[in-house]
Amino acid sequence: MSRHAVRRSLLLAPLAQHKGRLALSVLAIALGVALGYAVQLINQAAINEFAAAVQTLSGEADLAVRGSRAGFDESLYPRIARLPEVAVASPVLEVEARLPGRREPLRILGLDLFRAARIQPFLSAGDWGERLDFLRPDRIFLSAAASESLGLKKGDALSVQVGLRVRSLQVAGVLGEARRQRFAIIDIGAAQVIFQRPGLLNRIDLRLRPGADAERLAERLRAEMPPGTLIERPDADIERSGALSRAYRVNLNVLALVALFTGGLLVFSAQALAVVRRRAQLALLRVLGMTRRELVAMLLAEAAIVGAMGALAGIALGHAGAAFVLQRFGAELGGGYFRGLAPSPVLDWPALALFLSLGILAAVLGSLAPALEAAGAVPAPALKAGDEERALRRLQPVRPGIAVLLAGAALTQAGPVSGLPLFGYGAIALLLIGTVMLMPRIAVLGFRVAPLLGPVPARIGLAQLRGAPGQAGVSLAAIVASVSLMVSMAIMVASFRQSLDEWLERVLPADLYVRAGPGSDTAFLSPADQQTIATLPGVRRAEFLRSQRLLVAPDRPPLTLLARAVEAEGRVPPLLGSAHALKAGEPPAAWVSEVASDLYGWRPGAVIEIPLGGRRARFTVAGIWRDYARQQGAVLIERYEYLRHTGDAYADDAALWLAPGADAASVTSEIQARVAGAANLEIAGPGEIREVSLKIFDRTFAVTYALEAVAVVIGLFGLSSSFGALVLSRRREFGVLRHLGMTRRQIGSMLAAQGLLVSALGLAVGLTLGWVISLVLIHVVNRHSFHWGMELHLPWRLLAEFVAVMLVLATFTAIASGRQAMSGEAVRAVKEDW
Amino acid sequence: MKSALALALALCPVFVHGQGEYPRVRQGLALQFPRDHGSHPQFRSEWWYITGWLTAAGGKELGVQITFFRNRPRLAEDVASRFAPRQLLFAHAALADPSAGKLLHDQRAARAGFGLAQAQEGRTEVAIEDWSLKQIDSGYAAEVAARDFRYSLRFEAKQAVLLQGERGFSRKGPDPAQASYYYSLPHLAVTGSVAVGGRELEVSGEAWLDHEWSSEALAEDSVGWDWIGINLADGGALMAFRVRSGDGSGFWAGGTLRGADGRVRTFKPGEVRFEPLSRWRSPRTGTEYPVSVRVQAGALTLEIEPLMEDQELDARASTGTVYWEGAVRARAGEKEAGRGYLELTGYWKPLKL
Repeated sequence: MSRHAVRRSLLLAPLAQHKGRLALSVLAIALGVALGYAVQLINQAAINEFAAAVQTLSGEADLAVRGSRAGFDESLYPRIARLPEVAVASPVLEVEARLPGRREPLRILGLDLFRAARIQPFLSAGDWGERLDFLRPDRIFLSAAASESLGLKKGDALSVQVGLRVRSLQVAGVLGEARRQRFAIIDIGAAQVIFQRPGLLNRIDLRLRPGADAERLAERLRAEMPPGTLIERPDADIERSGALSRAYRVNLNVLALVALFTGGLLVFSAQALAVVRRRAQLALLRVLGMTRRELVAMLLAEAAIVGAMGALAGIALGHAGAAFVLQRFGAELGGGYFRGLAPSPVLDWPALALFLSLGILAAVLGSLAPALEAAGAVPAPALKAGDEERALRRLQPVRPGIAVLLAGAALTQAGPVSGLPLFGYGAIALLLIGTVMLMPRIAVLGFRVAPLLGPVPARIGLAQLRGAPGQAGVSLAAIVASVSLMVSMAIMVASFRQSLDEWLERVLPADLYVRAGPGSDTAFLSPADQQTIATLPGVRRAEFLRSQRLLVAPDRPPLTLLARAVEAEGRVPPLLGSAHALKAGEPPAAWVSEVASDLYGWRPGAVIEIPLGGRRARFTVAGIWRDYARQQGAVLIERYEYLRHTGDAYADDAALWLAPGADAASVTSEIQARVAGAANLEIAGPGEIREVSLKIFDRTFAVTYALEAVAVVIGLFGLSSSFGALVLSRRREFGVLRHLGMTRRQIGSMLAAQGLLVSALGLAVGLTLGWVISLVLIHVVNRHSFHWGMELHLPWRLLAEFVAVMLVLATFTAIASGRQAMSGEAVRAVKEDW
Repeated sequence: MKSALALALALCPVFVHGQGEYPRVRQGLALQFPRDHGSHPQFRSEWWYITGWLTAAGGKELGVQITFFRNRPRLAEDVASRFAPRQLLFAHAALADPSAGKLLHDQRAARAGFGLAQAQEGRTEVAIEDWSLKQIDSGYAAEVAARDFRYSLRFEAKQAVLLQGERGFSRKGPDPAQASYYYSLPHLAVTGSVAVGGRELEVSGEAWLDHEWSSEALAEDSVGWDWIGINLADGGALMAFRVRSGDGSGFWAGGTLRGADGRVRTFKPGEVRFEPLSRWRSPRTGTEYPVSVRVQAGALTLEIEPLMEDQELDARASTGTVYWEGAVRARAGEKEAGRGYLELTGYWKPLKL
């Protein structure tokens, strides 16, 4: 046998021998890699698709003049078109149109085809129908994707809800060139009339003359534009939408990394025990002439093979998972940022390489400490049995662990880095690493203070743990890490859900809610509809809400303006902190959401400027309120102020308080009977809305739940794997105990007691650490990522159930692992020693 | 106040002809100038067409064409928006430079409105953004900034308006409804500058203007027409056309000859003949055009030869058609009898106005 052959067999044989443990390590790494890679693929697909959509729709435009959804006066268009730098100015009126009976709105672009075709090449390419039909005000052209998703083809009728009425348009053709984006185009004149936006545009695409400097032109024009209008490169929209979902994306990726981390920890626990078990074998190799360096390399190579197997499986799994999710749910990931896109995953080489190496790295890092330890052993004593515990003693550093914990605590105080809670993540990682580093020492202390009580097998079990706490310490690390991560996420999600539930109760005080068409900007309640609703029998009070999206800062997604009766009706939202009492002469009051306050730095008493009706309107911040519904921030103002500035008397929603004796069902049928087009209204009680909102919340956190489940599974794997290893490495001892007259039953009880003890200690530490991490998640990570404050709510029942299940599983795992030790080979087990 | 409104309504052509109706071209209605130099927005289609021969300072010869089309699609007359496409404007501009080997051309299309594109009534003034043709002093000025060239030209009227057909009523087919109002201004003296291939050329030359408007000029079974407008060397002017049917034969024809002495002769359909002499096939569209023809108009016979063969104009991005519009020499026997333009439409696909 050549030297290489010996090495190869020594390297591969242990891997082949412990198929079960190997499979678990591979699986853990695979799950971590799969999750991270899938999240990355799904997000990349969504972003790519969004970018492609923006590029198709903005074509060769060099600049875009963008207004809020409400739009700006069309007189800006000839002014811009006449600029000497401008080759083509293409006016656009874009709406998210509500389609009766469909949940998703349809983006309809009102275009001047003569101009748009000179900027968007897809309009002049392909045979998509009679161009003259485009000028007919009752015709609409669908993109191929829209045609497919709506199931409409040329000649069919498309119904569009405007206000509460339905307009029917004839599909005059399908745009073959724009295959993947869901949208429709219509003549701009018809769009202004149909969507009741007389004289308004919300975008002008510009192609500049050769040699014109886009940046300088944009700079010059910015000063002249009406407030709330941006001049920017068309791809600024891509960046903005990227920013929109970035925090959510980064959080998902961090969760995936957490799974990977747990996987690495599992490799660590498995490898640490394997190294201990193979101590004599490794010492033999040293004696036979293998250098320390070679030994370390060999052990790391083993881990790398495990890591690579797991990572490759993870990549495949991740790709399949991403394909499934994209096909089944679209690119949403629960964040709601990429509605209406149905992309497919594209092989992402950098991400693939990254997650592949992360998977291998996790395994290699996991086995680094055990490998170095094994290499550091003096061969002669290591060849003898009973040296294992000495080896593990080195894995009990104390001061470094405490230092890492302190550093973690310090990091929680740092602010966000470009809107991301990087230091928050850092703090969590350090807290986790510090605790894991301290775990062997905690184990020693924990077993020392545990009372030596109960029947003999339990006492022996504890005495054994006291005598050799090192092995339990390693398995504890795996338990603590996975338990603390699971617990922290559970506490955070529960806190969020509870806070949301309480918030919903506060913001839904009315008896009935009527909505014209959420998510679209063509559905509304006209003043006549409002009048009808307000004077219905059984309605004591009707409050109408108008909401608009406003561009306040060029680098931020638009915030939401809410206009309704506030002070006169005693409907000031519950404020966080103190209210600012307006002094005489101050601009009118505005109540800003916590998110808006965070993003724009608006504090009570500050005077803020909001673009309203083409002018800059000034308001005084009268207070800050919590709003979980609008993630980009919201500003609430009095409706009469909104009317005064914009003249817009439409409303989106109505909240109805019923007269004594009136019931929701009869008022609902009154509305349906008296309001024209009421079939298109959404009418719901507060209970229903709460239920739907919580359902949406749960869907949004579905990915989090999935990751949580994975953390638990990995934790249990870790537990069972390390316990199995623990028991296996003590077969000799069990053999001696059997020789001394202990029954199998008694050994089983001893193992059960040990399982209980170890997992109780792991759970105790894991719960504590989880609670601390949840505080970081709630007050640092969430706050920095989403600017949402929430109260800590401990899900006691869930945690108690979790603890009970873990204890049972741990005990069961310990006994099951012990079965092997009790398989009657006591003589052989004792013999192994000599 | 009320009566003023009633008067305004009575004068407003849309109300006179009813919502969505095109007025008919009628025989015997005298054209009135300057009013009829301007746009006639109630009619379906209208064009102002300038074609000319230019000579640059070094003796280089160029052909130039600028055309503004107006179209009333009658599809969105009552859409209450300033964007409603009630009037559409198109423009084609071309420069025939033999040294370039092919026709340089560009096009514009726009709906009228917002002061960015319009055709004025009462005088010739049509514009799409920075392309324009307008009446100034005793002539016209044209500005065109195209992809491959740019020109700024003045056209001085040296002769009186030439009314085509029967005092401006030009029949295009056997049905009297198939007709247009049509007048020309031959022998316009051109001065100005042309920028092409990175050079700015001072040019002078002679041009021809057509202004024609109608509501249903072509018969159902017609596919296109051949047309010439020649500034004769002796100061006379010849316009001749034939409308072709599906089988390629002429089924209507006409023309007008104004002699050097100012006497005008109008030709009946049987008096005008177009006979192809040589053909050229476009490498881009595969369309074959009779780019050299023998034209007989009454006693006058002219052999028409192009300045260069490739003068095909691809206007699919604006008016949706492809045609040949080229600078030509007219020979009578051995000697050059005049210069002008030959237009060949409907060879690519049947032409629909």
